[in-house]
Amino acid sequence: MLALDAARSAGAEYADVRISRNRVQSINTRERRVQGLSDNETFGFGVRTLVGGAWGFAASSDLTRDEVARIARQAAAQAKANRAAQVRPVVLAPAPATKEGKWRGPAKLDPFDIAIEEKVALLLSANEAALKVQGSRFVNSAMFFLREEKTYANSDGSFTEQMIYRASPTMTVTAVSSDSSDFQSRQSTDIAPMGRGWEHVLDSKLVENAPRWAEEAVQKLSAKPVEVGRYDLVLHPTHLGLTIHESIAHPTELDRVYGYEANYAGTSFVAPPEKMLGKFKYGPEFMNIQGDRSQDGSLAACGWDDDGVQPETFLIIKNGIVHDYQTTREQANWLDWWYKQQKLPTRSHGCSYAQSWADVQFQRMPNVSLLPGEQNLKWEDLIAATDRGIAIVGDGSFSIDQQRYNAQFGGQLFYEIRGGKITGMLKDVAYQMRTPEFWNAMDMMGGKDSYWLWGAFGDAKGQPSQSNAVSHGCPPTRHRQINVINTGRRA
Amino acid sequence: MVAARAMGREECEALAKRALAAATADETRITINSGARGNTRFAVNQISTGGDNYDATVSVRSTFGKRTGVVNTNKLDDASLKAAVQLAERLAKLSPEDPEAMPELGPQSYASSRGWSDSTASLDPSARANAARAITEPARAAGLVSTGYLETRAGATAVANSKGLFAYDRQTALSLTTTVRTEDGTGSGWAGATSHDFAQLNPRDLGARAIDKARRSVNPVAVEPGRYTVILEPTAVGNLVQFIVNAMNARNADEGRSFFSKAGGGNKIGMKVVDERVTLTSDPLDPEAYGNTFSNDGQPISKTTWIENGVVKNLAYDRFWAQKQGREPLPSGAGTLRMTGGSASVDELIASVDRGILVTRFWYIRPVDPRTILYTGLTRDGTFLIERGRITRAVKNLRFNESPIFMLNNLEAMGRPVRVSASEAGGPGQAIVVPPIKTRDFSFTSLSDAV
Repeated sequence: MLALDAARSAGAEYADVRISRNRVQSINTRERRVQGLSDNETFGFGVRTLVGGAWGFAASSDLTRDEVARIARQAAAQAKANRAAQVRPVVLAPAPATKEGKWRGPAKLDPFDIAIEEKVALLLSANEAALKVQGSRFVNSAMFFLREEKTYANSDGSFTEQMIYRASPTMTVTAVSSDSSDFQSRQSTDIAPMGRGWEHVLDSKLVENAPRWAEEAVQKLSAKPVEVGRYDLVLHPTHLGLTIHESIAHPTELDRVYGYEANYAGTSFVAPPEKMLGKFKYGPEFMNIQGDRSQDGSLAACGWDDDGVQPETFLIIKNGIVHDYQTTREQANWLDWWYKQQKLPTRSHGCSYAQSWADVQFQRMPNVSLLPGEQNLKWEDLIAATDRGIAIVGDGSFSIDQQRYNAQFGGQLFYEIRGGKITGMLKDVAYQMRTPEFWNAMDMMGGKDSYWLWGAFGDAKGQPSQSNAVSHGCPPTRHRQINVINTGRRA
Repeated sequence: MVAARAMGREECEALAKRALAAATADETRITINSGARGNTRFAVNQISTGGDNYDATVSVRSTFGKRTGVVNTNKLDDASLKAAVQLAERLAKLSPEDPEAMPELGPQSYASSRGWSDSTASLDPSARANAARAITEPARAAGLVSTGYLETRAGATAVANSKGLFAYDRQTALSLTTTVRTEDGTGSGWAGATSHDFAQLNPRDLGARAIDKARRSVNPVAVEPGRYTVILEPTAVGNLVQFIVNAMNARNADEGRSFFSKAGGGNKIGMKVVDERVTLTSDPLDPEAYGNTFSNDGQPISKTTWIENGVVKNLAYDRFWAQKQGREPLPSGAGTLRMTGGSASVDELIASVDRGILVTRFWYIRPVDPRTILYTGLTRDGTFLIERGRITRAVKNLRFNESPIFMLNNLEAMGRPVRVSASEAGGPGQAIVVPPIKTRDFSFTSLSDAV
């Protein structure tokens, strides 16, 4: 409150303050040793001010009365300096104030209450299980936990306290051929990072899964190099989450659409909104894309965003057509005409986020998910229906252009499909795509029983680059006649 | 002003002493990072956001025998510091023995770094806003749309341990990058620069370069993907060459999981891997690219030659692997890179090409195959067709699948090396000095409609 008062007396028409305490623990192992064991805590606050329609932000780790007031004045002074180059002032969409809000992530067991010995023992037994497999040479495994206590207040009268948890167990097994001419790795991409506690590590069954990952790494050594060409692709949710992240979630961020990220993350082909909303066919009619910050255990889940807005669930793509964008309070007004046309209120969807107390909040993606199909098809049904294709499991290498048109994706495991059956393993596979053609080439998807929540831990955007964590739910899908290249070059 | 804050040598010594006094472990290492960061972003020809922050963190690494634990905190009062030391010691005792644990080093001597500039440390929000305006105003006057980012860092790092080692260094760094687009979105040009010294940057010139490229890049035509002779501007060279040095880890090579693994076992030290005109070095005292004078564990860092005349001269060895292999340890963390070049200008390189493509920079560069250091990514913000020694028109962006190793084997000519901004995120990143190059058979695998 001291910060908000100081900002207002320095001339701010709006101010907010975030105080956060982030505790992070990470344990890294390889084979039979612990490589690193660390416990980190960072505590501080950041003050954001709006003066004459221009933003200012300052932050410090020194939470004393004098420093808080000084930082608030500094944020206001910076806003005044930033106003000098102003063309269009910032106007915030209305948002109801939350007087006293409390939210806690769905962690059943706080990871920081679990003994280190138990964590280390679990990782080392998983490594041992992987190393028992003939041909597996190296194994790295890790656990990462975060607990963020975030207090937020703004000059509209909101005051919220939240406790956010994240947990990520991972493993990578590497096999090396006996003549050292090849090496192949299998990452544990069938375990997603989640907004849960220690129970997520237990549910991940590292020790039970490790031998399978090791066997798959060894199998990759003798997999057949892929022949280039066009194939029907059957994509597993452990793979497709990343494709959704890159080719749907990023291009529907409204700041990109208006050019605000042109210098780094890029702009978007889903622009301008007047030509896209209600008009642009992103994919087939059975394609529906949802934005939310509420799916149980998802990484973007929260009670209030960093604008103090309670997030809502909204459709970004409805029946294959672009229907909405991801917004903050600053951006919702930009689509006022569309919301009026749709008889919807002009309000933020709750997509404001900052990675820490030291960084300014801006528009970040919520969970962006492909909703499952009405027919309750499964992964096996999609393979059985495919005559000549490639099934891809797990996410791998990825790259996409600055407007999100041209992308290239690898994977963890690639299987040849012939006559509705998996006939063997392939390697050196990557597919290249143009986003609208790729999604319009989707002709089958799985149903609710095959829906799975993939997660991205280090989604980068903004300058300075900030890291966001989000989940993307999806069923498996099939895409017809996609261009596949062979990446195994020798010269 | 917050911008100039970074802990001094004496302050770090006193803080390290306080932390070490609370330690009961066999060995303790204290690392202190402090500093201020400031940034100003502009978009659509106006400042969009900014930020100033200051933080100081202490990392405590406690070791009992071969058991180690690490705790990081940014609370520096006596009680918090003592709690951090106690927690690190508790973690260490709970940790299993590490057969690869190495003892802490004793006192070392270090070169004194020169990478601090008051002109950078004292840059305040209004000076940053002026730099932004030197780009946005000409862009607006030209009917173009400018977006960009200016970041400054002023920080100090200290490492101290219970065996009397003490290292201290302070550095400044900054970067300024801009992307200028045409109103109709059919043209885009980029320019960027990094330095430790703000006085060496000229925002107006940088903006003018991006404006010129934006204008010239409108209405690009499609060319067939395939293998092309390319002129890579220095930024594009820096984008890719840094991955070679990042992969130069001896242990990965010896373990058979690196490009630098030798067939049949061992590594490629002494083997020729790229064109003999190529030499790659890192030197923390390079006046065009200052870097770190010591590593995280307190080893002094001096000038290192990684590749000399095309031959692998050194790989990075951590202290354990060096001891195991009977080699001297060689830290990798200087944060600087220099590639030798020639004397040609970019225009002279262009004049020597019958048909080829000029690349301003690469984007979304991600690893595809570590066996060959193969990466994929795309051209961006200034890609042009060269015909009969002249730039004739803008071309659509292209995706590449290529290795910097193949690229430097197919080398035809090199120009004058310059400092570049080679970090995709536009931050200061590594200090990289590289030449523009002409290389043949560069592999483009698909077209992109993105501008």
